[in-house]
Amino acid sequence: MTNSPATTSPDAGPPGLGSEAEGTPARSGLALVLGALPWLVAAGLVGAAGYLGGYLATIVAFALIYAVFVTGLNIFMGFTAQVSFGHNAFAAIGGYTSAVLTTTYEWPPLAAFAAGLAGSLALAGLIGWPTLRLKGHYLSMGTLAIGLIVYEIAVQWESVTQGYLGISGIPSLGIGRFEATGDRQILAVLTAIVLLGAFVVARMRRSRFGRALSAVAGSEEAARALGIDVARYKLASFLLSAGFASLAGTLFVHVVGYVSPEVFGLHMVILAFTMLYVGGLGTVVGPIIGALVISLLPETFRGFRDYQDLGYGAALILLLIYAPRGMAGLIDLAAGRKAS
Amino acid sequence: MTVRLSVEGATKRYGGLTAVDDVSFVVPDRGVTAIIGPNGAGKTTLFNLISGAQPPTAGRVVFEGEDVTRLPPEAKAARGLVRTFQLVKLFADLTAAENVAVGTHLKTRGGFLSAVFRPPSIRRMEAGIAARSRELLDLVGLGAVADRKAATLSYGRQRLLEVARALAAEPKLLLLDEPAAGLNAEESARLSDVIRKIAASGTSVLLIEHDMTLVMNTADDVVVIDFGRKIAQGAPAEVKANPAVIAAYLG
Repeated sequence: MTNSPATTSPDAGPPGLGSEAEGTPARSGLALVLGALPWLVAAGLVGAAGYLGGYLATIVAFALIYAVFVTGLNIFMGFTAQVSFGHNAFAAIGGYTSAVLTTTYEWPPLAAFAAGLAGSLALAGLIGWPTLRLKGHYLSMGTLAIGLIVYEIAVQWESVTQGYLGISGIPSLGIGRFEATGDRQILAVLTAIVLLGAFVVARMRRSRFGRALSAVAGSEEAARALGIDVARYKLASFLLSAGFASLAGTLFVHVVGYVSPEVFGLHMVILAFTMLYVGGLGTVVGPIIGALVISLLPETFRGFRDYQDLGYGAALILLLIYAPRGMAGLIDLAAGRKAS
Repeated sequence: MTVRLSVEGATKRYGGLTAVDDVSFVVPDRGVTAIIGPNGAGKTTLFNLISGAQPPTAGRVVFEGEDVTRLPPEAKAARGLVRTFQLVKLFADLTAAENVAVGTHLKTRGGFLSAVFRPPSIRRMEAGIAARSRELLDLVGLGAVADRKAATLSYGRQRLLEVARALAAEPKLLLLDEPAAGLNAEESARLSDVIRKIAASGTSVLLIEHDMTLVMNTADDVVVIDFGRKIAQGAPAEVKANPAVIAAYLG
């Protein structure tokens, strides 16, 4: 069979899809166009938001902040195939640290962000170190717990967080004398950060580090048999994703100027999961397109008022059935590559 | 002959059942050693004791003079003891070439920061990994499907890919767990060929196998297990003529 694989191979995937001779010029050209499609759609949406401003700009800014959060979550859930229900805790730590330090103590945003990041990483290490050594759902349970605990702290520690009242008057994003004011500047800053995050993930994926994460995702047993320290890579992946979450929290409070406990509640996790699965688990562009689509989808269905949730839910179920790899995976299929 | 691996009195009991009973043998630093035996003889349990998937109830596994009995699999791999799996465990989301590249993990360096900044030394290393992966895929005859996702390959090819991936770790001793299971005659013949090539390149091979043709074609030394005990050891032709072995196989 190995002498003439192209003619005798039993390997061809589903009929009409991947054949042995992958990458004929026409097909790879199509793949290139389709691969660029989600990026173009994302660019179009952000561009339109910057041009039109107003309500659309606000929604797209939120979507971009979520894109940062989901990009991080994707490192842990997509590339490493672990589950966390508590990344909102890291966003809350990042967000509240930034809020408190920039208002009460008048720190510059960047220094406050660094402090929040350090706090998030410390907590991630504390929870990840013991639980990631265990097989099974211990970590997921642990993360669910910290999500709830951090939320309670945000509510109860009134002297610092002001409880349900929240903290207002948080300054805009800024470094030194530059301060991002107005929709366009904020969108530009957020877009740059999202692209940087995507760049980091793309580089990571095609590296020894990224391959080790994929190995952990594929088979822990086989990874260990090849000398990969599975617990260490899971922890590294967890810390990285917590870092992204912390950054998203910081961005949120600066963009909105206000923070209260509900901002980082459990609904944040549910929303992020939806974005991740709709956009495409384990892809670079998935979190970005997922965040944009899920943020704009309720607005699209708004006209149907009473049927809004119904339409929203139906769209989600259809996507999950027919595109388990999300929209990014759908494009792979269309381009004649096997999605998984 | 230098001893690469020695199994000393390996025993595994599950409650009242003794799956492996006081088995001892050595694997030299060259050539192919095969463990054979009828179904349920305890071959896979013995294999797991050696590879580190389960600890033995009694006995030791000594690799290059060091007692490795209780080391976890990744520590054994780091010492040059690398295994494949009876049911293939590939990294389904990665291409064939990337699967092999994971195999080079122990022989390469680099973490998250070097992945993001990709300095020249890392670029060179990645180029080296890519070249080495191609070489190994060519060795097992999978050069043509290097860029296909592992999950889309036929079963026979997945088995060969697993062998290539294990080789990328540059093992001193390669443990193959029923490598011919599920292969057709042609694929099995190619596998024999690959196993001989691996042994010729200086890596010793220990394989557990059901397929007698493969064993007779590749092994230099055969250990026969029945009811958890070693009943014979010797060259393939010798073992084949051994009355105890014939009795075990024919009932």
